[in-house]
Amino acid sequence: MTSDALILLGTFLVALLLLSYPLGGYMARVIKGDAPGPVRFFVPVERFIYRLCGVDPEQETGWKGYTFGLILFSLIGTLFVYLLQRVQGFLPLNPQGMGAVSPDSAFNTAVSFVTNTNWQGYGGESTMSYLVQMAALTVQNFLSAASGIAVVVALIRGFARHSAAAIGNLWADLTRITLYILLPLSVVFGLLFVGQGVIQNLSPYKDATTVQATQYQVPRLDKAGNPVKDAAGKPVIDTLTSKTQSLAMGPVASQEAIKLLGTNGGGFFNANSAHPYENPTPLANFLQMLAIFLIPAGLCFTFGAMVGDKRQGWAVIAAMAVLFVALASVGLWAEQKGVPALSHLNVDQQASALQAGGNMEGKETRFGINSTMLFVAVTTSASCGAVNAMHDSLTPIGGLVPTFLMQLGEVVFGGVGSGLYGMLIFAILAVFIAGLMVGRTPEYLGKKIEIFEMKMTALTILVTPTLVLVLTALAVLTDGGRAGIANPGAHGFSELLYTFTSAANNNGSAFAGVSANTPWFNIMTGIAMWFGRFFMIVPILAIGGSLAGKKRLQVTSGTLPTHGPLFVVLLIGVVLLVGALNYVPALALGPVAEHLQMILAH
Amino acid sequence: MSQTIKNMSMFDPSLVKPALIDSFRKLSPRNQWRNPVMFVVFIGSILTTLLLIPAMQGKGEASFGFILGIALWLWFTLLFANFAEALAEGRSKAQAASLRSAKKNVIAKKLDGEKYGAKVAVIDGSSLRKGDVVLVEAGDTIPVDGEVIEGVASVDESAITGESAPVIREFGGDFSSVTGGTRVLSDWIVVRITANPGETFLDRMIAMVEGAKRQKTPNEIALTILLVALTIVFLVVTVTLLPYSMFSVSVAHAGTPITITALVALLVCLIPTTIGGLLSAIGVAGMSRMMQANVIATSGRAVEAAGDVDVLLLDKTGTITLGNRQASTFLPAMGVSVEMLADAAQLASLADETPEGRSIVVLAKQQFNLRSRSLTQHEATFIPFSATTRMSGVDYDGRQIRKGAIDAIRKHVQAEGGTFPEDAGRIADEVARRGSTPLLVAEGGRVLGVIELKDIVKGGIKERFAELRQMGIKTIMITGDNPLTAAAIAAEAGVDDFLAEATPENKLSLIRKHQAEGKLVAMTGDGTNDAPALAQADVAVAMNTGTQAAKEAGNMVDLDSNPTKLIEIVEIGKQMLMTRGSLTTFSIANDVAKYFAIIPAAFASTYPQLNALNVMHLNSPNSAILSAVIFNALVIVALIPLALKGVKYKAQAAAQLLRDNLLIYGLGGIIVPFAGIKLIDMVIGAMGWA
Repeated sequence: MTSDALILLGTFLVALLLLSYPLGGYMARVIKGDAPGPVRFFVPVERFIYRLCGVDPEQETGWKGYTFGLILFSLIGTLFVYLLQRVQGFLPLNPQGMGAVSPDSAFNTAVSFVTNTNWQGYGGESTMSYLVQMAALTVQNFLSAASGIAVVVALIRGFARHSAAAIGNLWADLTRITLYILLPLSVVFGLLFVGQGVIQNLSPYKDATTVQATQYQVPRLDKAGNPVKDAAGKPVIDTLTSKTQSLAMGPVASQEAIKLLGTNGGGFFNANSAHPYENPTPLANFLQMLAIFLIPAGLCFTFGAMVGDKRQGWAVIAAMAVLFVALASVGLWAEQKGVPALSHLNVDQQASALQAGGNMEGKETRFGINSTMLFVAVTTSASCGAVNAMHDSLTPIGGLVPTFLMQLGEVVFGGVGSGLYGMLIFAILAVFIAGLMVGRTPEYLGKKIEIFEMKMTALTILVTPTLVLVLTALAVLTDGGRAGIANPGAHGFSELLYTFTSAANNNGSAFAGVSANTPWFNIMTGIAMWFGRFFMIVPILAIGGSLAGKKRLQVTSGTLPTHGPLFVVLLIGVVLLVGALNYVPALALGPVAEHLQMILAH
Repeated sequence: MSQTIKNMSMFDPSLVKPALIDSFRKLSPRNQWRNPVMFVVFIGSILTTLLLIPAMQGKGEASFGFILGIALWLWFTLLFANFAEALAEGRSKAQAASLRSAKKNVIAKKLDGEKYGAKVAVIDGSSLRKGDVVLVEAGDTIPVDGEVIEGVASVDESAITGESAPVIREFGGDFSSVTGGTRVLSDWIVVRITANPGETFLDRMIAMVEGAKRQKTPNEIALTILLVALTIVFLVVTVTLLPYSMFSVSVAHAGTPITITALVALLVCLIPTTIGGLLSAIGVAGMSRMMQANVIATSGRAVEAAGDVDVLLLDKTGTITLGNRQASTFLPAMGVSVEMLADAAQLASLADETPEGRSIVVLAKQQFNLRSRSLTQHEATFIPFSATTRMSGVDYDGRQIRKGAIDAIRKHVQAEGGTFPEDAGRIADEVARRGSTPLLVAEGGRVLGVIELKDIVKGGIKERFAELRQMGIKTIMITGDNPLTAAAIAAEAGVDDFLAEATPENKLSLIRKHQAEGKLVAMTGDGTNDAPALAQADVAVAMNTGTQAAKEAGNMVDLDSNPTKLIEIVEIGKQMLMTRGSLTTFSIANDVAKYFAIIPAAFASTYPQLNALNVMHLNSPNSAILSAVIFNALVIVALIPLALKGVKYKAQAAAQLLRDNLLIYGLGGIIVPFAGIKLIDMVIGAMGWA
């Protein structure tokens, strides 16, 4: 790591802390329905929404009602996004005349945006009308984020309440989170991005004449979008020449803000945050990273505030921060170190005043090594999935870092809401395993962890690894899966592993090598995303409901302390042991083998 | 139960031999199915054994010797786990057998009426029903549990308590319950039967001891769920590894896919076999330790709850203070010398056989070298304590010495025509304020002074309470004394709080108050009036000497009837939970080293570069996999003593306990297998086995 990298990492963490701490307190307040001065003008809007929907915000439900509502809400959202894509050709705000999206791609995209994954098999500027981008995708960016936060809020209420039957009113929670948290922050960040040069318009695409004629090769596709193959089974390649470049336009800034704040990550353009209209400057890049971590970090403080013990929130965020800094540093080191094969060709990979050095393949020169790799770590650590570089081009270890960060279960900050509820499950697990060592039956925040909680916890730790490993196995066993691989050897395996890791953990970033817009991948990743999201949410809400009904035990010096450095170490240990041990063999056959091949070859 | 079983060593040959046989008997699928983690090992053992058949014909996926080695050690893994369980159960079985011997069928003398002298019909003890009345005379065995309704007798309860000294059982009060299987040594009692056959205390004890292995406690169930989940995850990990390996072979164009044998080996190493194999042994051993402390818990749940206790309600007398008060100071009245008071007090107490009386004699001897005199040489008449005068004393060579409470002596002196001196009254008040009891001594109509009788706080109890406080457990002293006395004793004993002038009602409300604050409360009790409080407490230890009502309300019975046992019970409960947690942590932490052993070995043929992960420099892939499997099996054996004895218990705050145990079992669990696997690999290499 260079000193620049340390300064960047340090500045980022300080800025994050300074912004997320007050935000955490603010969120705890507005979720209770107590909106402070600056956002009071939303209160009539809130009341109007309740009246419109016939919701009584005081009427709370138990976990079953809450879960049922959330799943129904998500199903309707999925259907809406699917339908809008299918009929976009008949609808306005479509200057480029985009036709209907294919059924499998539309299904995949609908599930993807509703589950807060934002895996994108499609390219935004060549597939979606402005209406779909705004009314379907951006709306889900708000609602899926609000759903995640609502789930964690319900879980926290489970800890905070005692002998209670209800864990909240879903509709009130969703409304308040959207109105008081997501909307104001999106306005602020949207304006900041516009200030940095992110575009915001509804114009048709602009044609620019290029200085040089460009020749490029594209694989020929049939009508279904599959590559045409010649007699030998190789794809047919056409060579084209172009003197103009079509510059895609659109309402980017408004989607960009919530894309990051809601840890959605679905880019307006195919190149996502690597595109200069989405992420034009290093400062914009810094703001984007902040936007990704802002709410997940803030929620840790919200948690502390809501359970009435701020130290609990600090412990959780400390565990997240330690894991993040450790893994991001490994990535920064690996990318800066570059590739031994190039050193042997006397290519200068040293960082200097004139160049970033390191492995610059697939990276934007305006970001360099540090801003790119930090973004990679941030976006995969949080389940955002926005990318500002091609992850497929990272060094093996540089690629292992994002894969591993996702495989930890997206709990290192993680998605909005989902990161914290995932981490709290690990905390329950840590307390359960180690709590016995102090000679008491396990309890967390005064709540006994008993059979029912353990059943639900067991479900949550089973779901994601099973989805990732089984679907990856299916991919290597079937033609449909193997067809997507772009690179030979261990790297090809890494690509598949990354794909399903990203989908099942609701990250949505891609190891771009995989050609994922095929019916096989659209359906398989769709399954991974849906079950990866809701097979987590249901047991977690069940835990919340069960905990809410319990007595809150008093803390004594005989109670396992769940704040302080010792617990942080324990929590990290459990995340690493339980969360990641499952993936070690698969990682050995992918990035680890690739890395060892790379360094041992020279 | 007999003392011999209690003192039996853990690896006594008489326990080990049947356990060895049981380890094989427990290989039955039905038995293995009960433990899901070990069932996976069971299936793996069968699978690898079947793989031997093609290997014998030279068509195996790996060498015959390698598959044989893995298969054998997988079977050993199962046997070791079975052995641990069988060994733990062996002790309980021995305890149950000794209890059952007390439960032989006896002849009962059924009475026609509820009264001594009614017509007797000799019937079989097993045909008695609740409500029947029987006569039990010297030499008879009490047929079934019951309540004494007439008479008094000494009873030998050693069959149940292991205590050879007989106890008195009599009508009325808190010593009226008798247990079936115990024997009347002298006199007779009329007993009303309170239990139907099969529901007696002895039956319940036997069921408890034997059933320890069958009934899982809530925390054990929750832990099993976690272990099963981990097993399933690792099953997915290993099963999917085969296609990954095949794919890698095809893209790398090198090596062969991982063998089924290696996959099974990896699976068994990864799943938590250590804790899975020892879990039931830990539970059984916990119950067994409780029994060694002479406490019968009515459920494993109660043992677990004991570890969670936040508040201990302790009776003052017998727990915090010695059962009896002792004379500590002589305080003479004005114009009386100390020696004179001591002399008179000693004389008055010479024939007093109560512990208080004896302590007065001893104190006089210690302080003033007054030898106790024989009353027979003088004309002495001992006046025993009577309820009407509430005094005792002696008429000695014409001297009339009396001792008693202040009111009694005041009355006595005035009756003798003397006046009660003010200073004596003042001294008596001061003594009471100190938490002691004043005993006044008078000769004729003259008050000589006051003897201070002090409650003697048990030695070491203050340190014990400090330990409890460190563990986060609050102690509350329960006493019938007035608040002033109670406060003084509470301060001296170092308890956190006290309940003075305790009644069953305010005891109950105290428990409820603490429970409402989210605390778990433990208490002991013996009387019938304790029953509501016992029923309300989370951990309720009834004294075996106590009434039937108390025993039924509690969830544990202390056969020694020692109220201090409560502290020990809490420790045993905590120790059991700590053992469980420590071995779970150890088991999971072990996986790190096993990955480092097996992963390079399994894939080195495809990606030779992965050998860089072979940080232990193990000899060969086969040796590496075999070493990991052998380590996994041996670690179960190595941990059996720990599982049965429990991890070392220290009275510490939770934070320190966590730190220490995390270091030992967490960090140790990561490091130890590296050394162990390396060592086994060296042995295998030296022997040329693989």
